[in-house]
Amino acid sequence: MGNQPDEAQEARAQARVLTGSRVIDAIKRSGVSHVLSVPDLHTAKGLLTPIRSDPALTLIRTCKEDETFGIAAGLNYGNKRALILIQYTGFLYAMNAIRAMACEHKLPMCMMVGLLGKESDVAPQDSAKFGVRIIEPILDILGIKRFLIDDDSCVDAISPAIEHAYSASEPVAFLIGRKPV
Amino acid sequence: MMNRKIALERLKTLINDEIVVATYSTASDWIEIFDRPLNFFSFGAMGLASSHGLGLALARPERKVLVLDGDGSLLMNLGTLVTISAAAPKNLIHMVWKNGSYEANGGHPIPYQRVDFAAMARAAGIASVYRANDPESFESAVRQALSGDGPTFIEVEIEEGPLGPRSYKEMYKASRRQRLREALNA
Repeated sequence: MGNQPDEAQEARAQARVLTGSRVIDAIKRSGVSHVLSVPDLHTAKGLLTPIRSDPALTLIRTCKEDETFGIAAGLNYGNKRALILIQYTGFLYAMNAIRAMACEHKLPMCMMVGLLGKESDVAPQDSAKFGVRIIEPILDILGIKRFLIDDDSCVDAISPAIEHAYSASEPVAFLIGRKPV
Repeated sequence: MMNRKIALERLKTLINDEIVVATYSTASDWIEIFDRPLNFFSFGAMGLASSHGLGLALARPERKVLVLDGDGSLLMNLGTLVTISAAAPKNLIHMVWKNGSYEANGGHPIPYQRVDFAAMARAAGIASVYRANDPESFESAVRQALSGDGPTFIEVEIEEGPLGPRSYKEMYKASRRQRLREALNA
């Protein structure tokens, strides 16, 4: 009897999925033409692998995450839309580029940040992983709107949020909580 | 070695509707020599001039994009050479203006004075690489880069300074960036 709630919770967790193809469809619906990425184990199979063979998206592989923000800025001035696909560690690495381009210059930097190691059905701020736990507070301090994309029910938020980022010229972050399949 | 301003004056005579991305000391001199809507001043995050140039080149394949990078700046983002090589935009010309100094940050030397950036660019897979150390070799390299397919890398050996007057506030102001946006999307 004592185990029943845990089992039910686990069953619900297993029933929740994040479908990579649905995320990619939402990206494409937003008019994104370029994806700028350093591979992230969290999203490598479910997002990056299908993106690299998607003819509607041009994948630019970079060596470090701050490059993605620099390239996205150039694309933006040339009137192209980009999505930055990185891991939370890369987000932390690229902080100065984010400060400059996303926050001070208010460019529509649209970033999808994989929360590698976040536990299923645990909010990021409650994660046992320090690096995962600090991402949302950092985004809040930077004033960057954030969306937790933890299962398929969250995917519908992506396209309108990217549209808004471009129309308002402001950054937006999508935190990929669950490994996409 | 040559004086940066002399080389930039020469560059002014060679370009037309190309986008020019400039950073720090070279940007200060360039804005004084040739202030124009198609200038992009790399802002706020040192090292990313070439990344801005790559983004512009990918977005606007019909226009040549010239990046006037610094040696200290490029050392902060060496992976960019590999990224540019892989993305292979035919319209990107990446110059590193090499004076061995973090000139904009107080004139301290870069960690090693004899860095061979041209060799680094070749090793990264960039096929079109030039070196220039006087106005004639500079003009020749730029002419070849403008008339051929890139990505192209040019190592430009220059003297340190003198530092001209500079106003980052003026260089980075929003109206200047808006002018570029309008010129590109007209």
